[in-house]
Amino acid sequence: MMNRRDALARVALLMGGAVIGADFFLTGCGPASSDKDKTTAKAPAKAAPTQPKEVLTSAQAAYLTEVGDTILPATKTPGAKAANVGAFMAVMVRDCYKPADQQTFVQGLAQLEAACQKLNGQGFLACAPAQRTALLTALDAEQKQYGKTKALEAPNHYFRMIKELTLLGFFTSEVGATQALRYLPVPGRYDGNVPYKKGDRAWATT
Amino acid sequence: MEKNTYDAIVIGSGISGGMAAKELTEKGLKTLMLERGRNIEHVKDYVNANKNPWEFAHRGGKTQQMIQDHPVLSRDYTLNESNLAFWADEKESPYVEVKPFDWFRGYQVGGRSLMWGRQSYRLSDLDFEANAKDGIAVDWPIRYKDLAPWYSHAEKFAGISGNRDGIAHLPDGDFMPAMQMNVVEKDVAARLKKHYQDRHMIIGRTANITQNHHNRVSCQYRNKCWLGCPFGAYFSTQSATLPAAVATGNLTLRPFSIVTRILYDKDTKRAKGVEVLDAETNQTYEYYAKIIFLNASALNSAWVLMNSATDVWPEGLGSSSGELGHNVMDHHFRVGAHGEMPGYEDKYVYGRRANGIYVPRFRNMNGEKRDYLRGFGYQGGAGREGWSRDIAEMSIGGDFKDALTEPGNWTMGLTGFGETLPYHDNQITLDKTTKDKWGLPVLAMDAHIRDNEQKMRVDMMQDAKEMLEKAGLRNVKTYNNGYNPGGGIHEMGTARMGRDPKTSVLNQHNQVWDAPNVYVTDGAAMTSAACQNPSLTYLALTARAVDHAVGELNKQNL
Repeated sequence: MMNRRDALARVALLMGGAVIGADFFLTGCGPASSDKDKTTAKAPAKAAPTQPKEVLTSAQAAYLTEVGDTILPATKTPGAKAANVGAFMAVMVRDCYKPADQQTFVQGLAQLEAACQKLNGQGFLACAPAQRTALLTALDAEQKQYGKTKALEAPNHYFRMIKELTLLGFFTSEVGATQALRYLPVPGRYDGNVPYKKGDRAWATT
Repeated sequence: MEKNTYDAIVIGSGISGGMAAKELTEKGLKTLMLERGRNIEHVKDYVNANKNPWEFAHRGGKTQQMIQDHPVLSRDYTLNESNLAFWADEKESPYVEVKPFDWFRGYQVGGRSLMWGRQSYRLSDLDFEANAKDGIAVDWPIRYKDLAPWYSHAEKFAGISGNRDGIAHLPDGDFMPAMQMNVVEKDVAARLKKHYQDRHMIIGRTANITQNHHNRVSCQYRNKCWLGCPFGAYFSTQSATLPAAVATGNLTLRPFSIVTRILYDKDTKRAKGVEVLDAETNQTYEYYAKIIFLNASALNSAWVLMNSATDVWPEGLGSSSGELGHNVMDHHFRVGAHGEMPGYEDKYVYGRRANGIYVPRFRNMNGEKRDYLRGFGYQGGAGREGWSRDIAEMSIGGDFKDALTEPGNWTMGLTGFGETLPYHDNQITLDKTTKDKWGLPVLAMDAHIRDNEQKMRVDMMQDAKEMLEKAGLRNVKTYNNGYNPGGGIHEMGTARMGRDPKTSVLNQHNQVWDAPNVYVTDGAAMTSAACQNPSLTYLALTARAVDHAVGELNKQNL
């Protein structure tokens, strides 16, 4: 998926300078959405616009911020907590996920907590940083293994969803883009050959 | 009647309509430009152009509501949060897919000139002679020499940046200084040049200005073109043709004006005007003029003609040949290869270049005969991977995060854009049983690519892989993500030019054979598709046709 995303981002670049759109939609709103309505262009009957229903509580969002901060902790630059990634995840799950994916995600929170109890003998929020890291390292190995064998239509592993949304939420946030990465609203010129030395931060947008 | 009378009427305000209005008004004609959608004011209405990525709630992605509201647009990158308002409302304006057809429309002043890809290439006699040589469809009624001065005219006004590469079948134009290739692209181009006699990799020729031009500021390398450019750095109706037309004092622009039909006078055998449905009030108006330019985009221009049926022309104005609405073409794509370039760890780029590289056509030339006709070009580019890359050996935590804050490997991709042949039975028709919001019949699309295109797609994959490997890339993978007609957003052919009124809709000056004061100069006019991005050709055809129309008007021939 990652390789395909890069390829598609390149395609998008040429079609409309749309790297931002392509990169982001594939990362953020694409998981487990392989089916596309190709049969008709006729729009479905108009549904009355309603206030989107929250899928995650604010407590769950706060919990996800802690999970996110273990995935991307503060180092020499701020981590996911500084970008409040839990609140971002709540918006994305509410607005961009299909109902089935929302269910996988919400159930995943309970699974994550249960896995934490089993490994560490206590809930995630009560755990020390090392315990949190041990749990999420194990869950990441689990999701990678799951991803290798899962059927195309099968839902993604919940921890993959959490990890993707953490990365997207952090690196496109103001903190992530301007402090962990480098961001220039108006470069003003292009140079296709500038020196790079290990440790220099990447550009936030392409 | 007096107050509704102009010298000329232009139907549509996109790339070609804007050019028609500019040329007509600059030649002194009082011109009415009709646009079915709302007005978009330059800069002021580019509401997202200066937003930072984090100011978009979904960071530019698409929500389930957006997917539900835009089932067609959601098929590709086109559906996104940042310029959603520039794409047509699919509920108001449905269409019928007899076969799958992607139709990505922009219903507003400026049309798709606001979101276009900006790649700008000339056609050559390789293209203009192709139908005649292959015995396909009909011959183009013009050759490169007829259009060359008008390409120059369009390029000088629009501002096309590009290199003079000296490639015979991709003629050089009147360019602004080219954008740069990056360090990897330069080396790949040099290696390809060494290995192949006949394959070139050049910097894209793009309608982004690299020098200040008129009142427009040169490209600032933000790569946010499709949000609308506050600098006016890319060519659009708003940045270029509209201000020029307004400056003459001869332009009237009427948004929310759906042209329902062209009014045909059977005594004079001319069009006398148009009927307009006001999209906001549902009131009907008539406007009159001596010249009509139809620039509603290829499929909608055919719709206007088909909906202009009279007892003389029961299948629509321009239907006498039986070709109106037929020969639908596009460029098939979403196929190519990508790989990793080892090394260059000490190299990076500054700025975001809204452009890539281009590989002009190299197949079925110089005597080569593949198992298909025509050819394809590649667009692509190289860059370093960003934070969304996979780092297989890492999991989570501080080291993982710090690794992602640095750029990854260099990668490069090539995507083919292939010529589709004009097939008579690839066609659009009026579906009178399905109506849009205004009760107007909608288009039904019945087109698919055939054996020739499918065979070409094999080369489009394999050649990309071979070239990337020859250039030193590793782990090169091909892809073919499938294609629906229309997906290239290069619709063409539905009112083709030709030499014979029995087999074409338009003559060599883009006049409708059946009504010579009606000119069609958008994608509908294309007799073959070539494989180059077509908009520059529409600009050139439009300027040439206006010159002809005004000449004929002065000779009192219209």
